[in-house]
Amino acid sequence: MEGIPIEESMTTITQQISEAYLLIRPYLTEKIVSSTLIYGTLPILFIVSLFLGRYEVPPSHVLKILAAPLANLFPEQVMHIDPVWTTAEQNVIYLIRLPRVIAAVLVGAGLAIAGAAYQGLFKNPLVSPDILGVSSGAGLGAALAILLSASSFMIQVSAFFFGILAVTITYLLSRFYRTTPTLILVLSGIIVGAFFTALISLTKYLADPYEKLPAITFWLMGSLASVRYTDILLIAPPLLLAAAVLLLIRWRINLLAVGDDEARALGIDTKRMSQVIILCSTLITASAVCIAGIIGWVGLVVPHLGRMLVGPDYRKLLPVTILLGASYMLIIDDIARNLTSAEIPLGILTAIIGAPFFAYLLRKRSVGWT
Amino acid sequence: MILEVNRAGFAYPGRQHVFSDISFSLADREVLCILGPNGIGKSTLIRCLANLYLLCSGSIRLFGKEMAGLPQVEIAKKIGYVPQAHEIVFPFTVRDFILMGRAPHLTAFSSPGKEDCEIATEKMRLVGIEKIAGKPVNEISGGEYQLAMIARALTQEPAVLLLDEPTSHLDFGNQIRVLEIIDRLADRGLSVVMSSHFPDHAFLASNSVAIMKHGTFMAYGLAEEVVTEENLKQTYGVDVSIAYSPHVARHICVPHRSGTCRCRGERHGECSGTPSSGIVGR
Repeated sequence: MEGIPIEESMTTITQQISEAYLLIRPYLTEKIVSSTLIYGTLPILFIVSLFLGRYEVPPSHVLKILAAPLANLFPEQVMHIDPVWTTAEQNVIYLIRLPRVIAAVLVGAGLAIAGAAYQGLFKNPLVSPDILGVSSGAGLGAALAILLSASSFMIQVSAFFFGILAVTITYLLSRFYRTTPTLILVLSGIIVGAFFTALISLTKYLADPYEKLPAITFWLMGSLASVRYTDILLIAPPLLLAAAVLLLIRWRINLLAVGDDEARALGIDTKRMSQVIILCSTLITASAVCIAGIIGWVGLVVPHLGRMLVGPDYRKLLPVTILLGASYMLIIDDIARNLTSAEIPLGILTAIIGAPFFAYLLRKRSVGWT
Repeated sequence: MILEVNRAGFAYPGRQHVFSDISFSLADREVLCILGPNGIGKSTLIRCLANLYLLCSGSIRLFGKEMAGLPQVEIAKKIGYVPQAHEIVFPFTVRDFILMGRAPHLTAFSSPGKEDCEIATEKMRLVGIEKIAGKPVNEISGGEYQLAMIARALTQEPAVLLLDEPTSHLDFGNQIRVLEIIDRLADRGLSVVMSSHFPDHAFLASNSVAIMKHGTFMAYGLAEEVVTEENLKQTYGVDVSIAYSPHVARHICVPHRSGTCRCRGERHGECSGTPSSGIVGR
């Protein structure tokens, strides 16, 4: 390649690409194109997100920094990468961008799968992962910890456990009234959510307005700015485990989505299954919220995008929802850290970008529910 | 006996009995039709038979085993339940909807495989809806939806089919089509319990009939013995004529109306006679 001028090599490459395209075009059915888009978007977004940031790192450096540990596994002759990058660049990629991008993937995928599972469980497309009060609970946990000047680790732990506490109260409350299970569960969730939201307001009211009130407010608006590997190691096990369980039972969520009585007549222990779904979704959402703060819309909108693409069957819907949720969160987070010199809170962007986008989609395509 | 119900009674917690002291049994290939006025508890009884509600008194035995002690999965392998049509939020395709019937035969973490899909397809063909397999369930007609629910229950490969008013909300032609399919299924070895609002359907598709009134079976036996003018008058409070029509080779049931027919023109004269005379003569 060295002797050829750059323009010529570019033309050859373009030619080769167009020839290859002509060759594969007969096989490009709509199904293949859409599945390539669905499965290919996330890896590309993942890499592109590592290119982006306030501190300029050339994309070629980013790729080399990422490939370096791999190259070290092989002998020099097989794979060799010249260390052309600076230590600062390496630190930006490995210590700041990579953990943040991984966290965005986990949070987006988690919120989306939890939302999709809840929409099936409650047979309602308007349900989001915080329907049983997990976000309000986590918010109160974080607000209290900030009020008590706890460490950032303790803020996360407190948010996680208060989130789970809120859902536990919701569940016990719904047992207390003994009528239509899912309806009363939603109502209990609204009650508990309102109660915890009021308590959040109370902590804000009591907080020192110059230091702690802004901290609480920013936490509640959601951000991945301060995510480190330790945070990821903390939330990944519960989040991935719960998501795996949901993926394993995903066909049976179909049956719950049709109706409780019919699911029971088909031999499903609906009570046990609702408990499993609630437990998994709560673990996932609490894990996501405790490192990212409260991020709305993802869990509500992404499952709808999934339904528009692959239909309501949870066998296809859940995997696609995971990919879409992760991609959506990556895009939102990229915008959050690149649009202005100051970080924009994620909770604001998910709705500012998500709401018009969703409105547009509703107009354009069949929504996948009635 | 496939199903034996002994002095069954049910009440919602803290309320009066819906029904009590109901006893009957269901033999192989038997079709039992339960008649009765609105709100009398036919649907509740069918839900009890599907073990969705637990009896307050009495017992149900399925193949000689006490049903209350059986796990729901085992019951679902023997009993297929076809509820009344209701709205579905998420528009699954007919194929996916029918495939759900395989649930009792699959473990919690598995999805249906090729064999399960084949069984579902076979059942679709059996009720004649294989052409709409790819359509969303919210875009098919009421009759097709009823057939899809029957196909889903058949995909469970049960011994008993419980149908809650399978012919309500259907047009005249679809009513007869559904009844014919039920009849054919019974010939192929299924036992059926269904509830209906139409006494005539008892003659069309069933061997035995039970009339539910005052919270129990007011009458129970062969169709010709139970569906009588007297019993129907007592049950529904309207006059009815039961007659044998040689033309269709079965008993038929026709309601009277007070006063004369609202016929017009030259046909006026035909209608003024007694309602039964016109039928038997034809």
